[in-house]
Amino acid sequence: MSEGIVYWLQQMLNALQLGSIYALIALGYTMVYGILTMINFAHGDVFMVGAFFCFLAATYLGLPFVPTLLLTMIGAALVGALLERLAYKPLRNAPRVSAIITALGLGLFLENFTLALAPYPKHIPPLLENVTWDMGGVSLSSLQVIIIFLSLGLMFLLDYIVHRTPVGMAMRAISWDKTFVPLMGVPVDLIISVTFAIGAGLAGAAGTMYALAYPVIDPYMGIMVGWKAFISAVVGGIGNIRGAMIGAFILGGVEIMVTAFFPSTYRDFVAFTLLLLLIVVRPYGILGKPRTQKV
Amino acid sequence: MRKTLSLLLFSVLVTVGVSAWSAEKTLKLGVIAELTGDMPAVGTSCKNAAELAVKEINAAGGLQVGKEKLKVELVVEDNAGKAEQSAAAAQKLITQDDVLAIVGPNASRYAIPASEIAESNETVLITPWSTNPKTTLDVNTNQPKKYVFRACFIDPFQGGVLAKFALEKLKAKKAAVLYDVASDYNKGIAEVFKANYEKLGGKIVAFETYTTNDKDFSAQLTKIKAAKPDVIFLPNYYSEVPLQVQQAKRLGITTPFIGSDSWGSAELLKLGGADLNGYYFSTHYAADNAAPVAKKFIIDYEKAYGAKPDDVAALTYDAFGLLFNSIKTAGKADREAIRAALSTLPSYKGVTGDMKFRADSRDPIKSAVILQIKDGQFTYFTNANP
Repeated sequence: MSEGIVYWLQQMLNALQLGSIYALIALGYTMVYGILTMINFAHGDVFMVGAFFCFLAATYLGLPFVPTLLLTMIGAALVGALLERLAYKPLRNAPRVSAIITALGLGLFLENFTLALAPYPKHIPPLLENVTWDMGGVSLSSLQVIIIFLSLGLMFLLDYIVHRTPVGMAMRAISWDKTFVPLMGVPVDLIISVTFAIGAGLAGAAGTMYALAYPVIDPYMGIMVGWKAFISAVVGGIGNIRGAMIGAFILGGVEIMVTAFFPSTYRDFVAFTLLLLLIVVRPYGILGKPRTQKV
Repeated sequence: MRKTLSLLLFSVLVTVGVSAWSAEKTLKLGVIAELTGDMPAVGTSCKNAAELAVKEINAAGGLQVGKEKLKVELVVEDNAGKAEQSAAAAQKLITQDDVLAIVGPNASRYAIPASEIAESNETVLITPWSTNPKTTLDVNTNQPKKYVFRACFIDPFQGGVLAKFALEKLKAKKAAVLYDVASDYNKGIAEVFKANYEKLGGKIVAFETYTTNDKDFSAQLTKIKAAKPDVIFLPNYYSEVPLQVQQAKRLGITTPFIGSDSWGSAELLKLGGADLNGYYFSTHYAADNAAPVAKKFIIDYEKAYGAKPDDVAALTYDAFGLLFNSIKTAGKADREAIRAALSTLPSYKGVTGDMKFRADSRDPIKSAVILQIKDGQFTYFTNANP
């Protein structure tokens, strides 16, 4: 293979890895928005908490990869459901802005709570023996393969849950109409908790994979990554699950490719200009549909 | 151990406080350290060494100022790893706490804003670890600042040392650099390294940037890999270097790495582990090859905090040494007199080696050491001058 193609393929792989992580987090934003039309700004910090659960499980319990991943996902899901029950549920009928302020406050709470317990950046021990394969100049690491396929697997699982199971049907129903669905016997509170738990569980999985790929974690790591995942969700069409995945891979791709061919300082500037243009052309995101206000 | 120590320290502080209340004079000195934020290990070393230096002087009855012996009182401020908080901390120490002089902050991106405040408030500030020339240089007039000093060498010197080391010792003809373009220290030293390396006949094949808090360097490292360098220079802080090296290895990069004094924290070894084995970096002193004056400090520090003092600790200790020395020379507890004494000091024997000062510069002349990371330890490799 010529050097140009090798370079390009390598950067594509880098982009897939980054995009997978953004996608897992973006799903949490989009699910909560889809069901409650509320943006859970604490979600990026749930991702951070997930990475710290992974640290605890790997360091103090000495667990291998699979139990660590499962424990982290369960832990993050519990945190997500707990946040919903304690902080968002009492505000469900309050003005929209109260819920958003609460979400921002919860984010700050999670960051500073973690900071108080762990002021130093933490190192995640390598849970998996990394192997790097050389394929005609393109390096593929076992970690990359795991991140990309595990993310895709979780996304397909989520897509299946939402579109093919009774729980998913209930979620879609609540997102469609919150007034009449409870009358049909759908346990709205439970379904909303489950939605938060699933979103947070995926953020926990993202936290684990992020911690494996970038094994130095700190309490503020969720802020920027969370914003980027949120933007991915908006670009893909917030509320739409497949859109969030597409948006995340686009953002990951643009970020890597801009850095690959321009100075790194152009990255966020070019990436966000492109995304703004995309929003101008498609105001509801790539797969989003305008919601008509029902009177 | 730590508890009894902090209790002891607390009681010392209380005694100092009570004696201040009973109208006995003390010398108030300020410390600005990165206790939280992205480099807490740096701030903690600085605070530990400062407290050790003050405890020693107070145990000896205090500092001789003119005819009387005065106890030293320490006011420690956290800058939370933020530039604006560093400036605010300097302002608070000078105007509210009314300190005589300040030691810190350590990283250049915090020391530069704090130094501006110290300069405009006419209070001496000694930064232990900030190696960027702009810390002690007024960029508008290109003259040294009057009130800002440092205990370490500067980046033009360090960049020269590393360029020479890469070319002559490592026989690397082509080098790549990956650095944080948003941080004064990293950017400064990367540019100096490039200039020196090219002047000495080397070729920079990739000069890549990222921004503080980035975690993914795969795009830049892929670029560096395609440029096929013989050595990769990472003048970045200890929490980022392990990520960069690990990601490089996953991309199949086998080129050796070198670093600068920002690597010299024990945290680097905890975060990076075996991935960093065999690599070299330049720094201020080697704990395993220290001068006789340093031995006592190293033993005392280890006894007090259970860890070997890193370069920040050693430099902070020296900064306090410089300060005590000039207060003694000045003979009175007066900011202006301290500045005058400090700016005419010809030389000082510190734990980080002999320092010489010139009248027209605020930067000490001293030599650097190259350390190698070997079996999870920083090991002395060689002394170095450009």
